[in-house]
Parts: sequence; structure tokens; C-alpha cells
Amino acid sequence: MSEESKPGARQLAELTRLTPARIALGRSGASLPTQEVLRFGMAHAQARDAVHAPFDAEDVSSRLAALSVEVVQVDSAARSREEYLRRPDLGRRLSSESCRALMAQRGDFDLAIIVADGLSSTAVHQNAVPLVTALLPMLARQGLRLAPLVVGREARVALGDEIGEALGTRAVAMLIGERPGLSSPDSLGAYITFAPRAGLTDANRNCISNIRPGGLGYEQAAFKLSWLVAEAFRRSLTGVGLKDESDLALEESAASRPAIVEAEPPRISADRTRKGDR
Amino acid sequence: MGYRVAAGGTSHVFADLRELMAKATPLRSGDQLAGLAAGSMQEMMAARMALADLPLRTFLHEALIPYEEDEVTRLILNTHDAAAFAPIAALTVGEFRDWLCSDAATSEVLAQLAPGITPEMAAAVSKLMRNQDLILVARKCRVVTRFRNTLGLPGRLAVRLQPNHPTDDAAGILASTIDGLSYGCGDAVIGINPASDSLGRTGELLRLLDELIARFDIPTQACVLTHVTSSIALIGQGAPVDLVFQSVAGTQAANASFGIDLAVLREGLEAGRSQTRGTVGDNVMYFETGQGSALSANAHHGVDQQTLEARAYAVCRAYEPLLVNTVVGFIGPEYLYDGKQIIRAGLEDHFCGKLLGVPMGCDICYTNHAEADQDDMDTLLTLLGTAGVNFIMGVPGADDVMLNYQSTSFHDQLYIRELLGLKRAPEFEAWLQRMDITDAAGRLSATQGGQALLAAMPGRAA
Repeated sequence: MSEESKPGARQLAELTRLTPARIALGRSGASLPTQEVLRFGMAHAQARDAVHAPFDAEDVSSRLAALSVEVVQVDSAARSREEYLRRPDLGRRLSSESCRALMAQRGDFDLAIIVADGLSSTAVHQNAVPLVTALLPMLARQGLRLAPLVVGREARVALGDEIGEALGTRAVAMLIGERPGLSSPDSLGAYITFAPRAGLTDANRNCISNIRPGGLGYEQAAFKLSWLVAEAFRRSLTGVGLKDESDLALEESAASRPAIVEAEPPRISADRTRKGDR
Repeated sequence: MGYRVAAGGTSHVFADLRELMAKATPLRSGDQLAGLAAGSMQEMMAARMALADLPLRTFLHEALIPYEEDEVTRLILNTHDAAAFAPIAALTVGEFRDWLCSDAATSEVLAQLAPGITPEMAAAVSKLMRNQDLILVARKCRVVTRFRNTLGLPGRLAVRLQPNHPTDDAAGILASTIDGLSYGCGDAVIGINPASDSLGRTGELLRLLDELIARFDIPTQACVLTHVTSSIALIGQGAPVDLVFQSVAGTQAANASFGIDLAVLREGLEAGRSQTRGTVGDNVMYFETGQGSALSANAHHGVDQQTLEARAYAVCRAYEPLLVNTVVGFIGPEYLYDGKQIIRAGLEDHFCGKLLGVPMGCDICYTNHAEADQDDMDTLLTLLGTAGVNFIMGVPGADDVMLNYQSTSFHDQLYIRELLGLKRAPEFEAWLQRMDITDAAGRLSATQGGQALLAAMPGRAA
């Protein structure tokens, strides 16, 4: 009698509906069944490829430009993916050339939208354009003056601070690939920062996490982002002092509530009671 | 005071003890990020040669982080046991390595020595040790702790069951917990990292686990890994808190970035013990650490990350913890770049903790932006199993769907038991047999005894 046909195994297998965790996998002796070894291996391959797949900034820029917005491409000070992974500080700074290019575009703007690779190019390739498509009409209704849309390579979240400072915008919305998990290699995060300037920490930002088809949908994420931007301008702040209450406005069911994080810790932390740098 | 070494036809100079320690450290990305790593392999070996000649007692009068500035330094020096230190007081760091590897350093002798060893001494000698030395000496160090069962006995390995869920859904957490128990996991602790920080939600999760443990009379403990101040508040509200959790680091400033100091840890310990929920012991603290945490908080004082990690164990040891867990690969590649660096760090952390008398476990883990994979985790698991690690993690399928990283699985603990003949905590092992989950030899029974636990699922009759 194979293990799967035993009554206990069948009942345990019913539990898999209750969690995305890898439970009731069965076993071959002490070890995983071959099918599970392969399924895990493919999930890890997707996550690794999400980190290392080259970011196609040209394609993302041209698709964004098709939405009738002006697009500028910038690079961080990290010159390669390896350097980016080893030197998070360089991913938080603009290359001198990109800094000059943005200074030339400086103007009287309310908001800059930034689309950046972060730790998952896959997330950006897949989710950035549909999210911006949903977001632009909502921002237009607020009457905001938008800076050129910036597409950033080898970027960390805080690169948005230098970009906002260079462009002279009152706030930035950074849409960036999150650290890929095995079950979610394609999560996009959105960080809203009021009065962006170098030296801010994530305690100064509001974050919307897990934006992807299997997580928080584009329309809902765009609504939250738009709500947070409006509140940020109304109260002249983002971060710990601004709690996300967009659910009240949206009348969404509690079951589909996404992870909203008011205050991310500074950089990555060994403290597992907090989430890491995305 | 500076150090000068003539080696390999070159003269190498190290400005002070901090620089000597940092440059003697096996290469890792975090020390490079901090600008502390040796500039060449020869410089690294020259530093190790100078370190080998350093008298151990130097660390008692030359603090790497000033006594006046840092309460962790004050804790280390104020609680140093000179009588315990006496047998090795005349040794250099190099002679200490020889002595640790010798037959003179038995389990009993090492246990008596632990209060006389400072974390800087442990870190220094580890820098002269190869992986096999770290394994062999750690295996001789035994640290036994108790709450509702007995952890750390020779020939035994415990598992923290980690049933995390992305939205803290109770049914989802129970499903993972029951699956894990049916694999014989959970004797170290059933421990949830909550997605939400709210006190109310944390209290609900504590009651969920408390009811499960009471219902099946499981000889183990539960924990929701939340900030120590939250646990203190929850105890004040009457929530069933078995273990008080906190992440800790090796400097006062890094601990401040975690929102703690030594005094609040003392409050946590007292609050935890006031509950008297343990049945066979009162080790109530659960700590987590990891190399790189001080640097990530810009609180490293120019000290290398491995030495600071050992200092974190001196913080832990002051509170007589049940569990100390180095979450070795969680922090990311800017601190430990690849599988080689993660494996080395895991062995160092386990060795330093055990030498200091701390009940070390290891979250053998990596993130997807590190140059590592499950093969590297298999290697570290096998090495730590042979080194006598107190406990490891049991995550369903090794994939933590809340924290987005990979650790060791329910199957991985079966593998290491099968390979090395490691048993579970004795009280937990007896319970598994009563439940017909394992047979008399501790192997999973053919009859899938875990199905009795399914009665705990919502909507099912008992």
C-alpha cells in the first residue's frame, strides 16, 4: 500500500487547502518524494532567475511611454548585479551621470513615479506597467503635477530619495521588485515617501507589499497608493505617523487585506520580528 | 597598542586588537562591506599568527568596545569568573586551541570553564580553527536546558516547528503544525513568526498553541516571536506566554536599534518566570541572533561581525535561555555572500555559543539573493548534526511562506536522525510513541498516527 492511499495521509492532504505552505508532501523513507524535489527545485530556479534575470529597462520604458508619459532612465552607482548585491549602499545612490540628467529635468512637481528592478526583475517586467496603468487616472483626478516617470536600474528603495531630491518633487512613489520568496518570485512593492531627501530611513515611508496577480491586485494596489499619496499631501508626512486606512474608503473585505507596513526597519535586519529590505 | 608580524618575507602591522581580530577572520562579505577585512590572504595569515601569540588574558584588560560606552562590554567584564578562567589564564590564543583539541578538555572540564571564557576569547580562538576543529570541540560542549522537556542531551537533536502563515490564519497555522507534529517535529518549541505586530493577534495565536498543547498533553512549549515588551504586556494581560522571545546583538547600540537594553531583557525574564508555566525547568528565554546585525544598524564600532556575534551570546547567557538560535543565512549576501561563508559562519556561531555555555541551535538558511542553495544547507545540517547542535528549524518543505526564505524541513530532520541516529527530547519522544506517531525506535510509524491530531482542526469533532 503506497503512503498516499493510507487514510491518515489522505486526511492530512486535505489540510493543504488551508495554507500555501508545503505540507502533506509524503515521503520516500526519510526523504522527499522525487516530484517534490523537482517542484521545489523549479520554484527556487524561478526565484533565482527573478534576482538575476537582466532588467529590460528599454522594454519597460517603451511600454510606459505608450501610456503618454515622459520616461527617463537612470542607473544607481552599482555597476553590476554582483556589486549591487554586495554593496547595498551603492544601490541607494545615483550614478553621477544619472544625477546630472535628472537635475536637468528639475521642475515644480508634486510626485515622481519610479519603476525600479530591486531584487526581482521578474516582478517589474510583469507588474509595473499594469499597476501604473491603473494608477495614472487616479492621480490625474487628484490634479497632481507629475514629474517624468523614472525607470531605475540596480536600485534599492532609498534611490528614490536622491531621485526625488534631484527632480525637486514633493513626494516619490517607488515601485520596486521585492526580495523573491520561493512561492512569490514576482512580488512588487510600492514605497511612498514625502519630502524625499538623502538620509531618510524606511521609518519615513509607507509601503504596500505583495502586488502581483496571486497577491494584491493592480486596481486595489493603485487605490491604496493613490489614497496614501493624497493623505501624505494632506498631512505633509509619510511613515510611522501615517496609518493606512484606505480599507475604510474602499469597503473591501477583511479577508483580502494585503500587508501594509507603516515603518520598515533600517536596511535589512537579523531581527525576524521585522521584515527585511526589499 | 599595535601588533607587528614578519611573515612570508613581509612585515605586517595591525594598529590595534580590533584590527587584528578583523583581519584574522575568514573572508566574508560583511567585513568587506565594513572595510575591515584583510587586504590579502597573506595579511590574513599574518594576523592569525599574531593572534595565536596573544595571551588570552589580554581580552580582560583591553576591551574591543570601550567599557564606558557599551553595557555589553560591562556585562562581559563584570560577570567574568576569574576562578573558572584560572586553568587557562596562562595560555595564548594558539595554545588555547591546542588545549581545546586535546584530551584534557573533556565535557565536564569545558562546562566548568564556560563562565571564565569571554566572547572575545571564543571568537579569537575560532579564527585559528578549521571547520573540523569547530565541530570536534563543539561536540564536547554540552548545554542542557529545560522547560516542559529536556533539551541538549548527548545523542539528541530537537526541532523548532515553524508553522508561519502569510496572514496569520489560524487554520493555516494549525495545518502546518499538525503536519509537523506528525513528522515528530516540535520538541524545541512550536514557534510562530507573526505577520502582524498587533498585541491582540499575538494573544490569539498564543491561545491557539496553548489549547493545542493542552488538548494533546504535548511535552513542549509554544512561542509567538514578538518584541520582548509585547510579551511583557501580554503576560500582564494574562495571555499564556511560555517563552519570552527577543532578537539580540553584541553591542549596546545594535540592541538599541532592536528597541531593547539589558534591563528590559531582565524584565522579560522575570515576567516569563513569574508565570511558572514550565514543568521540568524554568529556562524561559528564546533568543535569536545573526552575524551582521550590528553592522546593519551601523552599530559595529569597527569590530568584525563574527566577534560581535559571539558577544551577542554573552548577552544571551546572562538570562539562562532555553533556546538560542543563530539565523545564519537570513540577513543576506551583503553579510554572508555564498554557501561557503554561510557554512563557516554556522559552525563558528555554534562553536562560540557552546563554548560560552549557551544552548545553541541554528536556523540553517538562505535567501534567494544569496549564492546558496539547498545542497549547501544539506552540508551545514550534516556538519552541525555531527557537531551536536541542540536544535534546528522544521519549516514545511523548507519554504517559509511568510518570511520568504528557505530553511530546513520536516524531512531534513528525518534525514539527519536517520544518518546519525539522533533522538528527540526524551519527554517528547515518549509522547510521540504514546500517540503512535513514532515506533519504539523513534522512527515514524507505518500507521500514520498523526491523524489523531486532526481532531484539533476547526469544524472537526474530537
